[in-house]
Amino acid sequence: MADTGRDLRVEGLTKRFGDFLAVDDLTLTVPQGSFFALLGPSGCGKTTTLRMVAGLDDPTAGRVLIGDEDVTYLRPYKRPVNTVFQSYALFPHLTIFENVAFGLRRRGVKDYKQKTLDMIDLVQLGPYAARKPAQLSGGQQQRVALGRALINEPAVLLLDEPLGALDLKLRRQMQIELKRIQTEIAVTFVHVTHDQEEAMTMADTIAVMNHGVIEQMGAPGDLYENPETTFVANFLGQSNLIRVDVIDTVDQDVVVDCYGQKVGVVASRSHAGGRNAWLGVRPEKVFAEAAGADHRVGSNILTGGRVTDVSFVGVSTQYLVAMPWGQELMVFEQNTGQRPLFRNGDQLDITWSPAHAFLLDADQDARAGVMTPEDDE
Amino acid sequence: MATVATRERVSSDPGRAKPSKRPVGRWLSDHLVLLVGILVLVYIFVPIGYIFALSFNQPSGRSATAQFESFTWSNWTSICEPEGLCDSLQLSFEVSITATLLATLLGTLMAFALVRHSFRGRSTSNLVIFLPMATPEVVMGSSLLAMFVSVGLDSVLGFVTIVIAHVLFCLSFVVVTVKARLVGMDSRLEQAAMDLYANEWQTFRLVTLPLAMPGIVAAAMLSFSLSFDDFIVTNFTSGQSVTFPLYVYGSKLRDFPAQLFVVGTLMFLVSFVFVIAAELWRRRRSAIR
Ligand SMILES: Nc1ncnc2c1ncn2[C@@H]1O[C@H](COP(=O)(O)OP(=O)(O)OP(=O)(O)O)[C@@H](O)[C@H]1O
Ligand SMILES: [Mg+2]
Repeated sequence: MADTGRDLRVEGLTKRFGDFLAVDDLTLTVPQGSFFALLGPSGCGKTTTLRMVAGLDDPTAGRVLIGDEDVTYLRPYKRPVNTVFQSYALFPHLTIFENVAFGLRRRGVKDYKQKTLDMIDLVQLGPYAARKPAQLSGGQQQRVALGRALINEPAVLLLDEPLGALDLKLRRQMQIELKRIQTEIAVTFVHVTHDQEEAMTMADTIAVMNHGVIEQMGAPGDLYENPETTFVANFLGQSNLIRVDVIDTVDQDVVVDCYGQKVGVVASRSHAGGRNAWLGVRPEKVFAEAAGADHRVGSNILTGGRVTDVSFVGVSTQYLVAMPWGQELMVFEQNTGQRPLFRNGDQLDITWSPAHAFLLDADQDARAGVMTPEDDE
Repeated sequence: MATVATRERVSSDPGRAKPSKRPVGRWLSDHLVLLVGILVLVYIFVPIGYIFALSFNQPSGRSATAQFESFTWSNWTSICEPEGLCDSLQLSFEVSITATLLATLLGTLMAFALVRHSFRGRSTSNLVIFLPMATPEVVMGSSLLAMFVSVGLDSVLGFVTIVIAHVLFCLSFVVVTVKARLVGMDSRLEQAAMDLYANEWQTFRLVTLPLAMPGIVAAAMLSFSLSFDDFIVTNFTSGQSVTFPLYVYGSKLRDFPAQLFVVGTLMFLVSFVFVIAAELWRRRRSAIR
């Protein structure tokens, strides 16, 4: 695992379709053996990026390297890269066995029969080896696609939304399975998805992609806790974004004016340049108190809130709190049963710790990346 | 299924239940498709039945008649007896097989070019391909003859010119048939093959060709039957050669040997066996599913 000889490196990768810029100057490094997730909304260029890495499309500019080898213009069958296609692309005229054995036989591997049977067992399709793809369920086909690619032990395995067609239960099951296989064989996985939960649970590193560029890249926790753009703040989980004026920096805190009330943000979490900024805080980091009560959590306090909506969702209760300047903020509270729920119309103060907020550049659209119900299948 | 469900829903509706005349209507709606089907089959098979029956007829004179005189096997045992019959059959087979091979090969290549590559004039080519299909055969035959004569091929009119003519009109059918198959094919399958270490040739041989095969086979069978029974174009381009359709037509003018019925019956049986075999093969394949 420590061997970095087969890292996947992408440098300045660009793809144009006519006037349309599908992938824009993409640069990233995926360490060998890591699980890398490419996360982004539909049409942001994820598939196009994978296709260039696999050699199925030529880039307009830029390079693809595996280890030190430049594979940018190498034919697909000469690259140590295999793909699990978004639509599986199983060969309909071949049996499951022949599908899985395809890669090994092309490379003239001698004992391909045994290896193929082992792989079919690994993806738990033993009884189906003699069937044709059309005789399998969606989840089984997905496992064939996975086995067909994995068996070649590529340096890099590209997975293009391989779980997209599965129902929720099977999806969770396959996520665990995939993660297990990846840990077992230590192959570099590049996993494309537009399901943020999937990316966060599975990946070592996530790159959030939007309109052909990478907005932010990092460990799932870092990305979630300290987003650098409004798109990331909204696309990964939910965020309250409040318009503020930056006043001053005191010690390690940036002090901002939030419609007349002063709050602080840890300086390392400020990604804003100008005088204005978006103050962001996650709904579950905000604590609600009855107006005027002793504030137990955090040193940032905004007073004058009023509950306008209470949704009980089992593990938590989600409040909408109208602030004096008219904006409604989200506050999620665990249902610990320690205190009674607030009701519609209750007056509240809300508080949080400066270490949990973040500041984003004011030029950005505060609603970028917000999931509308239609997006969320 | 849908009609059954609807009917059950209607009859279980108590307000609408009208028992009068219902059985007749129901019987008709249940059996109409079957009835029409049987009528169509009768329409198709009665003439063939005539041919079959007449192949066992012993005509009183030299020429076969529509009158069934007496039963005999002799027509079946002496197929080649009428002068020129078997020669014409042989020529027809030679022509059809050659034309089918050439047309299928060329047409398949053209279909690939038209579907897989974008080049200047592709849409024009797509249109022009249809022209031979739309041209009346007499026009095609006469213009072909004129062309052969003007380029000096009139001395060799025969096998070569017939084949050229047949390839010409089979080609459009092959292109159209194979193209339909290719258009419906997912190009990602070929990309997947390449991703799995198959080079261009292996991809073609292992993925593209097997997937296109049903279309190519259908095109070949269509070509063969088009070529085998073509009369009009062949009549113009054959010179002194006599193919089977020309022989039959010629016999009509002279005396009509009863062996022709035998050949007709045999051809029907052969294609019948082909169709049944294809159907059985298809069923076996779908039974695995
Ligand atoms: N061959 C092509 N010609 C023109 N435009 C294309 C082509 N392929 C992709 N695009 C465009 O490039 C953009 C990115 O496409 P891509 O398939 O990479 O999206 P994606 O991120 O994989 O989306 P999804 O999550 O829906 O699969 C899209 O806007 C798409 O319309
Ligand atoms: Mg995609």
